[in-house]
Amino acid sequence: MALWNERYEPVIGLEVHAQLLTESKAFCSCSTHFGADPNSNVCPVCLGMPGVLPVLNHQVVEFLIRVGLATHCSIAPRSIFARKNYFYPDLPKGYQISQYEEPICTNGFVTIETDDGKRKDIGLTRIHMEEDAGKSIHDQDADTLVDVNRCGVPLAEIVTEPDIRSPREAYLYLTKIRQLVRYLEICDGNMEEGSLRCDANVSVRRVGETVLGTKTEIKNLNSFRFVEKALEFEINRQIDLLESGGKVVQETLLWDAGQGVAVPMRSKEEAHDYRYFPDPDLVPVLVNADWIQQAAKALPEGPTGRRDRFVDEYMIPKYDADILTSEKSLADYFEAVVTSLRSKTVENFKLVSNWTMGDVLRVVNTDKVDVAKFPVKPEDLGEMINLIADGTISGKIAKDVFEEMLTSGQSPKAIVKRKGLVQVSDAGAIEQMIDDVLMKNKGQVESYLGGKVQVFGFLVGETMKATKGKANPKIVNELLKKKLESMKP
Amino acid sequence: MSVTIQDVEHIAELARLEFTEEEKGKLTAQLNSILAYMEQLNKLDTSAIEPLSHVIELSNVFREDVMKPGLATEDALKNAPAKTEQFFKVPKVIGDR
Repeated sequence: MALWNERYEPVIGLEVHAQLLTESKAFCSCSTHFGADPNSNVCPVCLGMPGVLPVLNHQVVEFLIRVGLATHCSIAPRSIFARKNYFYPDLPKGYQISQYEEPICTNGFVTIETDDGKRKDIGLTRIHMEEDAGKSIHDQDADTLVDVNRCGVPLAEIVTEPDIRSPREAYLYLTKIRQLVRYLEICDGNMEEGSLRCDANVSVRRVGETVLGTKTEIKNLNSFRFVEKALEFEINRQIDLLESGGKVVQETLLWDAGQGVAVPMRSKEEAHDYRYFPDPDLVPVLVNADWIQQAAKALPEGPTGRRDRFVDEYMIPKYDADILTSEKSLADYFEAVVTSLRSKTVENFKLVSNWTMGDVLRVVNTDKVDVAKFPVKPEDLGEMINLIADGTISGKIAKDVFEEMLTSGQSPKAIVKRKGLVQVSDAGAIEQMIDDVLMKNKGQVESYLGGKVQVFGFLVGETMKATKGKANPKIVNELLKKKLESMKP
Repeated sequence: MSVTIQDVEHIAELARLEFTEEEKGKLTAQLNSILAYMEQLNKLDTSAIEPLSHVIELSNVFREDVMKPGLATEDALKNAPAKTEQFFKVPKVIGDR
């Protein structure tokens, strides 16, 4: 392996295609629904039949303005569509409608946090609107099969400046973009289903060199892990090549995840000369200040802003806030639980945070459920935390109540009542049980009195067991201590 | 600007067209004469004129994001020279884009 982080510096730029969450396609009214039967979401427009006229979906522009504003881009007052011409069976028209000379968003940035906690801005050259192509299937028949359903599905192509300096940064940037588009509710960010796709441009140069090296482009990166791996592979390949006196050839590579290698595409396949020209079928899109202002007003709070607010407003640790705001749905859940707290104290906020990050997220991850459809409603979890806060149940009992809420969907109050789980805080009753426990465990008591203080924990445990966990542990601790002290000779 | 026989070959390749050597020569001459005719436009001073992308003065023609059913698969595939029940069929394309 080459020593790339010492003598060479990688220079990486990423192009991300985000499939937009519209109901209908970009230029016709066909459904964008994923997983439909092959060639069932098609019409004369997206089939590229002669004489048809594409008409732009208003929501596509709305979404682009949204993502542009969230990434500090300038929104072009006037933008136009272009035809990108090439022949491939999954592109019935023989051209893809895209934007070339006047894209809708330019000159933005996305801030990532590197592993050492530093913030770094990754510049965005542009974000433009375009339509997706169809799908070719090569392995089901002697011929190639084509499904046109995806043709015309709207995409936002997000293009970075060559600002990324390591595969890790590329990974962090992608994570950030995914989080952002999900927060903005413009894309579901599902890489497996192809709603988020990534191509990478990569070159290397000697540390200190300012001129860019010859770059290669890697396609087919359909998971975050692939992106990191493929970049590592390609950076090492380029360095080895340079070190052994070779030269990097500008070419397009395809990542083969099975083999863990990037293989060059045949030169003929990449002989592209797209001959872009303005699409005469689509008129210019004009976005005035009013439109931008309205979009800015409706812009949901971004993940970073929300994280910082969680730290300020709820005084929870940054670590907690990071996890809670990783997904909009989780942050929404947390805040809904907070809303139903009777006593809005920092202790209770932390309790909500612990339960949301711990028990809720555990179930979400193991059962693969959507937080928005979590079986325990946030107001019920809030009520349960109210019961902990006012001493009705112990934190330990709450674990059982939570499990019960998951399976029965009942309110915590009903569960506590039905199962008789109310915490025993009555000192008299607890004292009686302590007496019983001490009687039954004379040996342990003696060793405690003889100086083996660690036996204390055992005696607390025995008392809790005797009360089926219902005794208030704080009171048990206090009373037991008092009792034992009084027995000392 | 003049078109060479290599340009004609390149454009033919992009358009998936095949020509004989004789045709290539003829097309080269024709394209050159068309371009020479267009050259006349360069006599005009366009330095102060914005590039024109659309001839008609229209902008912001949108449709609302409403889904409507399209064609039945059977109808969509009707014109295809080769097909299966659900797919268009084309000669094997090796590799992927």
